[in-house]
Amino acid sequence: MKKAYWLAMIAHAMRRWDFPLIVCVLLLFAAGQVVLMSASPERVETLWGHQALALTALLTAALVPFRWWLRLALPLYLLGVLLLLAVLLFGETTKGATRWLDLGVVRIQPSELMKLAAPMMLSWYFALRRHSLAWWDHVVALMLLAIPAILILKEPDLGTTILVVAAGGFVLFFAGFSWRFIVPLVLVLAVGIGALLVQGDRWCTPGVEWPMLHEYQKQRVCTLLDPHRDPLGKGFHTIQATIAIGSGGAWGKGWREGTQSQLSFVPERHTDFIFAVLAEEFGFFGVALLLSVYTALLLRGAWLAIRSPSWPGMLLGGAVVGTTFVYVFVNVAMVSGMLPVVGVPLPFISYGGTALVTLATGLGLLLSAAVRSAPRGGFSGQRRGI
Amino acid sequence: MPKSALGEGSEIARTHRRLWVLVVVMLVGFGLLLGRMYQLQIGEHERFRTLADDNRQAFVPIAPHRGQIFDVRGEALARNVRTYTLELDPAQVKDVEGTIARLSEVVRIEESDHKRFLRQMRDQRGLGSVVIRQHLSDEEVARFVAKKFAFPGVEVQARLIREYPQAEVTAHVVGYLGRINAQEQERLEAEGLTGIYRGTESIGKEGVEAQYERLLHGIPGWELLEVNAAGRAVRLLGRQEAVRGRDLVLTIDARLQRFVLEAFAGRRGAFVALDPRDGGVIAMVSSPSFDPNLFLGGLTQADWERLALSDDKPLFNRALRGTYPPGSTFKPFMAMLGLASGSRQPGQRFDRQGMFEYSGVRLYDRKRNCQSGVDLHRALAFSCNVYFYSLGNELGIDAISAFMEQLGFGRRTGIDLPGEAAGVLPSREWKRQRFNQANQQLWFGGETLSTAIGQGYNAYTPLKMAHALSILVNGGVIRKPHVLAASIDPLTGERVPVAGEVTGFVKLDPAHVDAVLRAMVDGARIGTSARAFAGAAYSLGGKTGTAQVFSLQGRRYDPDATDEDLLDHSWFIAFAPAEEPRIVAAIIVENGGPGGRTAAPLMRQIFDYHFSVAAGKEK
Repeated sequence: MKKAYWLAMIAHAMRRWDFPLIVCVLLLFAAGQVVLMSASPERVETLWGHQALALTALLTAALVPFRWWLRLALPLYLLGVLLLLAVLLFGETTKGATRWLDLGVVRIQPSELMKLAAPMMLSWYFALRRHSLAWWDHVVALMLLAIPAILILKEPDLGTTILVVAAGGFVLFFAGFSWRFIVPLVLVLAVGIGALLVQGDRWCTPGVEWPMLHEYQKQRVCTLLDPHRDPLGKGFHTIQATIAIGSGGAWGKGWREGTQSQLSFVPERHTDFIFAVLAEEFGFFGVALLLSVYTALLLRGAWLAIRSPSWPGMLLGGAVVGTTFVYVFVNVAMVSGMLPVVGVPLPFISYGGTALVTLATGLGLLLSAAVRSAPRGGFSGQRRGI
Repeated sequence: MPKSALGEGSEIARTHRRLWVLVVVMLVGFGLLLGRMYQLQIGEHERFRTLADDNRQAFVPIAPHRGQIFDVRGEALARNVRTYTLELDPAQVKDVEGTIARLSEVVRIEESDHKRFLRQMRDQRGLGSVVIRQHLSDEEVARFVAKKFAFPGVEVQARLIREYPQAEVTAHVVGYLGRINAQEQERLEAEGLTGIYRGTESIGKEGVEAQYERLLHGIPGWELLEVNAAGRAVRLLGRQEAVRGRDLVLTIDARLQRFVLEAFAGRRGAFVALDPRDGGVIAMVSSPSFDPNLFLGGLTQADWERLALSDDKPLFNRALRGTYPPGSTFKPFMAMLGLASGSRQPGQRFDRQGMFEYSGVRLYDRKRNCQSGVDLHRALAFSCNVYFYSLGNELGIDAISAFMEQLGFGRRTGIDLPGEAAGVLPSREWKRQRFNQANQQLWFGGETLSTAIGQGYNAYTPLKMAHALSILVNGGVIRKPHVLAASIDPLTGERVPVAGEVTGFVKLDPAHVDAVLRAMVDGARIGTSARAFAGAAYSLGGKTGTAQVFSLQGRRYDPDATDEDLLDHSWFIAFAPAEEPRIVAAIIVENGGPGGRTAAPLMRQIFDYHFSVAAGKEK
C-alpha cells in the first residue's frame, strides 16, 4: 500500500515534466553537442556526463513539490551567505579572483548556489509577507539581495553578480516593485551607459580611476567601447569573435570548417565564446534557429510561470525565465561586441558542468512551481488501493 | 494585522501583467540580437570574410636560387652549396643563453659563432629562426639529432649558401654577397624591387655579384599557407615555384688568375689581361687578395681588422681602382701622337746626345742606347726620355690632352664591374679646376715635359693601360672591356653570349700604328725588356715603365739604395703574339723599382704560363 501511494504520487508529479519545455532543452543539448564536436571534440564525452547530470537535476527538481522548495529557501540562503563569507576568508585565488572554496573533497563555487538561493529566498519572503505587504518589505528584499550580491562582487565576479542581481531583481519586479523606482533606475543605467559611450575616450585614458569598479572591469568596459584600442590585448577576444560571426555569413562555413574557430582565433571557444563558433559555422540561419529554440523555451517557461497556481511559484518561475533570458542576451551581446566581456555562459550550450546543472535545476524549480503539488481532491483514489 | 491595501488576488493580477512585460522584453531582446546578427552576418559579411581570410592566410615568399658564376672554362667561381645549419627560434626558446650553453656540449660553438648569433638575433627582433652554427659536419648533425628532444625550438636546417671555391683567386672580380643593409633596402624600395627580394637576406656587394645582381637573383616563388592563431602553418593552400637566377659565364680564366696571384707572391700590385679582339677580360688580379667566403656569414671583428686596416689593403681592387702614373708605358701613346700630328716621322733621327735643355735646366738621359741615332723606334725600344721631352715640348699640353682623351685616358673604360676609377689626364682645364690658388691653377711648360714621359699628374688604372694598348693593337677601334661572356637562361638552358661592344674609333694611320707596335716588339727583343723575354716561345711587344713615387729633387735615383716603400712602381704593358695579338696585358708592382727589372720578368712568367696552357685551349 505504502509503496503504491508513493508510486502514484511520483506518477502524478511526473506530469509536471512539461513536454515542450524539455524538448527545447534537449534540442539545445543536441546543438551543444554538435558545436562542441567542432569546437573541442575531446570534451564531448565529458559533456554527455554533464548533460545527463543536468537532465537528472531538472527532472528531479521538477518532482519535488514546490512547498518543499519554499521550505528549503531560508536554509539554502543562509548556507550560501556563510559559504560566500568563507570564500572571502579562505577561498582559492586564480587569475586575480577568489571564487572557489576547497572543501577537501570537492571544490565548490558558492556564488553558483546563490543564483538559485537568492530568488528562492525572496520568493519565500514575499510568500510569507503576502497578506500584509508594505513598502518596506521591498526594502528588506533589496537588502536580502544586496548581501550576497556585494559578497560576490568582492570576489570579484561581475558576471555572477549581474546574474544573481537579475534573478533577485526579477522576483522583486514580479512582486510589484514600484514603477516609480524601476523607471528612474532604468533611466540612470541608460544615461550611464550613454555617457560612457560619449565620454569613453577620456575616461578610458590610463590612470583614471573609476569608483566602485576594479581596473580589469574598467578595462573591459573601455575595450567594449573601442575594441581597437588594444587589439592584441583585451579587445582581441571581441574583435576575433566578431570576425568569426560576420565571416559566417548567411549559411555559415560548414561544420568544423570555421577558420576563425578551428585555427584558434576565437578565444574560449568551448565556453563563453561558443556562440561565435556556431555563428561562424552555421551562419545567420543557424543563429536564427538557435534563437528560435531559446524563444520557444522561454515563452513556454513564461507561460508555465503565468499558469502557476501559487504566487511565489509565479515569482520564482518568472525569475528563472527572466534570468535565463539575461544569460542568453548578455552572452550573445558580449560575443558580438555589444556588451563588455563578462563571464556569462550561453545557457545549455557552453561547456561547463556547474552552470549547466544550476540552469537545469532552475528550470526544474519552474516546472515544480508550475503545477499544483497535489490534485485538489488528494490521492483518495489511490488510497483506496486501486 | 491590517490586510494588504490591495485585495486578495490583485497581486496575482499584477504579477501576471509583469510576466507579460517580461515576455515583451524578451521578444524585443531577441529581436535586437537577431538584428545585430543580421548586421554582422549579412550586412558586413564581405568585410568580415576578408578579415577572416587575412587572419588565416600567410603569404610566404620562397627565395630563388641565386645564379652561379663560372669562368671561361666552366670552373665554378661562385656556387650554391647545401650545408647544414643549426638554427634556434627565439620565440620558442625561453632560456636562449642556457640552451646555447647546453648545445655547445653537443656541437662545437665558437665564441665568434655566439657573437654573430647575438647580433643577428638583435637584428631580426625575434622574427624567424637565427643561425647558431653553419657548416655542421655529418657527425655533428647525427650527434645533435640524437639529442634533439632536449632542445625544443632548435632545428638542423639544410640551406643553400654561397661558396667561392676559388677564394682569393677571383675575389676582386667575382666580389661577394652580404646582408642587405639599410641603404640597399632604400634603393630596392626606390626601384620597386622589394617584392622580388622578399625572403632574400643577401645582395651582391662587390664585383660581378653586385654588377649582375639582377641577372643572378632570379624571381621568388611563394607559398600560401593557412596558419592558426599561434602563427603555425597547418595547411598549404597554394604554391608557386621560384625561378632561379641566371648562371653567368665570365671571360676570366681562373687558372691564369691563380698563377698570377701566386706569381705576385704577396707583393702589392695588379695585373689585367684583355682579349683585344672582343674586349673580354682574361684575367684581373689585385694582390694581395682576400677570401670572399669570410664575408658570407658576416665578417668577424678580427677578420675585418685584418683586412681593412692592413697596409697592403687587400680589399682594394688595384686593377680597377688604383691609379698610378704610367711612367714610360705612356710613351707608345705619345709616339702615336707624334706620328699622327706629323711632328715626327718613323725614321727621323732626333739626336740630342741624351740631353734636353728647357729654360736653362738641362735634363739628361744617360742610357747608353739613347745617346745617338735616336729615332722613334729606338726611343720606344730603349725608352729614351729626351726624345719625348722634345716631342712634348713641341706639341704642347693642349695637343697631348686632346689626343689622349680620344684614347680614353682620364675616363672610365666602362667595364662591367662597379667602382672603376677614372684616373687623371692632366690638362690646363683640369689644373684650373683641381687647384684653388691662382698661381697653382696655371699650367707650366715643365709640367708638359713630365706629362710627356708619363710622370707628373698622370694617373691611370692598370685596366686603363691595358685598354689603351688594346686600342692601339686594334688600330683605333675602342672596345668596352667586359668580364661577362654569357648568361644562361635557367628555364631553357639557352646560352646568351655577350658580344664585344665597340664604343668608339680613333682615326689612326695603320702605318703609324705599325711603327709604334714594331718598336714595342723590339723593346722586348733588344730593348728595355729584352733580358726578361730572352728565349720566349712566342712573339710579343712590350713597354716597361717606372712610375715615380716621390720627387728625387735633384738626387740621382738609385733603386738599390732607396727604402722599399719609396721605390718606384714597376710597370709593364704588352701584347702577344706580335703578329696577331690575342692578349693585351698591363702589370704593375708597387714599389717594384724599374719596370725592366721587376714587372717585365713577372709578365714573362705569366705569358709563358698563359701560352703554354692556352696552347691546349686555342686549337
